[in-house]
Amino acid sequence: MTNEDVWKALETVKDPEIHSISIVDLGMVEQVDVRDDAVSVRLLPTFLGCPALDIIRARVEEAVKQAGASAVAIEFLRHPPWTSDRISEAGRERLKQFGIAPPPRQMPSGAWQVECPYCGAERTVMENLFGPTACRSIFYCKQCKNPFEAMKPVLTSG
Amino acid sequence: MERRDSAMSEKPIHFHPDGQEALVELLFQLADDDFLLAYRGSEWLGLAPHIEEDIAFSSISQDTMGHAAMYYQLLEDLGCGSADELAHARPAPARRNAVLLERVNGPGHYLREPRYDWAFTVVRHYFYTQAKRVRLESLTKSSYAPLAEAAAKIQVELHYHLLHWHTWFVQLTNAPGEARTRMTKAIQDVAADFAGVLTLGAKGADMVRHGLIDDEKVLTEKTIAALAPAFAEVGLEWPMPFDMKHGNGRNGEHTPDLDEALATLSEVYRVVPHAVW
Repeated sequence: MTNEDVWKALETVKDPEIHSISIVDLGMVEQVDVRDDAVSVRLLPTFLGCPALDIIRARVEEAVKQAGASAVAIEFLRHPPWTSDRISEAGRERLKQFGIAPPPRQMPSGAWQVECPYCGAERTVMENLFGPTACRSIFYCKQCKNPFEAMKPVLTSG
Repeated sequence: MERRDSAMSEKPIHFHPDGQEALVELLFQLADDDFLLAYRGSEWLGLAPHIEEDIAFSSISQDTMGHAAMYYQLLEDLGCGSADELAHARPAPARRNAVLLERVNGPGHYLREPRYDWAFTVVRHYFYTQAKRVRLESLTKSSYAPLAEAAAKIQVELHYHLLHWHTWFVQLTNAPGEARTRMTKAIQDVAADFAGVLTLGAKGADMVRHGLIDDEKVLTEKTIAALAPAFAEVGLEWPMPFDMKHGNGRNGEHTPDLDEALATLSEVYRVVPHAVW
């Protein structure tokens, strides 16, 4: 099998808590290696305490085996740190489809402005920096009156 | 995003033989500090002042537990035993966490009339998070590369914790009513044991000599410099000099609070030691 086959298989592995987005879109896949039919996949955890990591590990193994690998080695790397700007353009769109605003590209000094994923309004307020998972915050849209979530900006030069 | 498909050489795990002992000691301090404080934080679940705080605090505690797991993993990689065992099975005298972090959240019990002290919790977490930030900054330059890499990863997560506790610290201290009195008392209580967070213990000099972390004097000065602006912001006198009123956890001195915490948090592990976590 080829590297391309593995990447294709990885695109079928979705975030267990956000079904619209794959771990490839999230920028969690750092490296893929294929030797004969043995595959090694190196992943970056979004947050170290993320409870979904074991589920992701199991699903990666299953997907890559189904694509034809005889053996799969999965490793979570400490380095480089995952940052929210690793999320692909397609991934940002898919987050919006799920009702989650993508993270701001850069951390501006002071408050960050987030667009409502439902109506596109910029009149939104942060309700809680911390949300239902480590990587999300809770917002409220003053335009369409919907509460929504946003991916936290996580950058190395915070 | 750029795809990397090239082969990467396996990195062997070794460190300067003389420095290994100091490295292991440092990792136990870092792991046990985060582990115990994350546990105390998790005891607030359902009891925090409002629902948004319940969400925020449990998220912070989960992150912090993840940081502890990372350090225990580094110890496992060095051949010190399995990470689960290191977290759950070590008795109190083997623990290296600062005593401040094992202290109960307040009188009462989680299941029976918890009379937890929010002021103490805010001050303890705010002080600790500032000290942790200073320590991580130093660790990103550590001579032990796996530790330096882990520190860089933890650093990006810590940003939000600091923002959170700083906000509580300032707002409560400036609030009218009993808040300021209670915060002032909490600051005294935390200061009485905060030296235990800042010390690197008996092997501190070895840690510095092997380039694992900066000298505790430097770390202490930087922590004080990081805390001072908040005191200016709320118009409070700097607290008394930091002390270790309840013992030096880095030397294995602990309070009965730790025994109680370990008994509770390791209960399931002890019943089913082979459970998959």
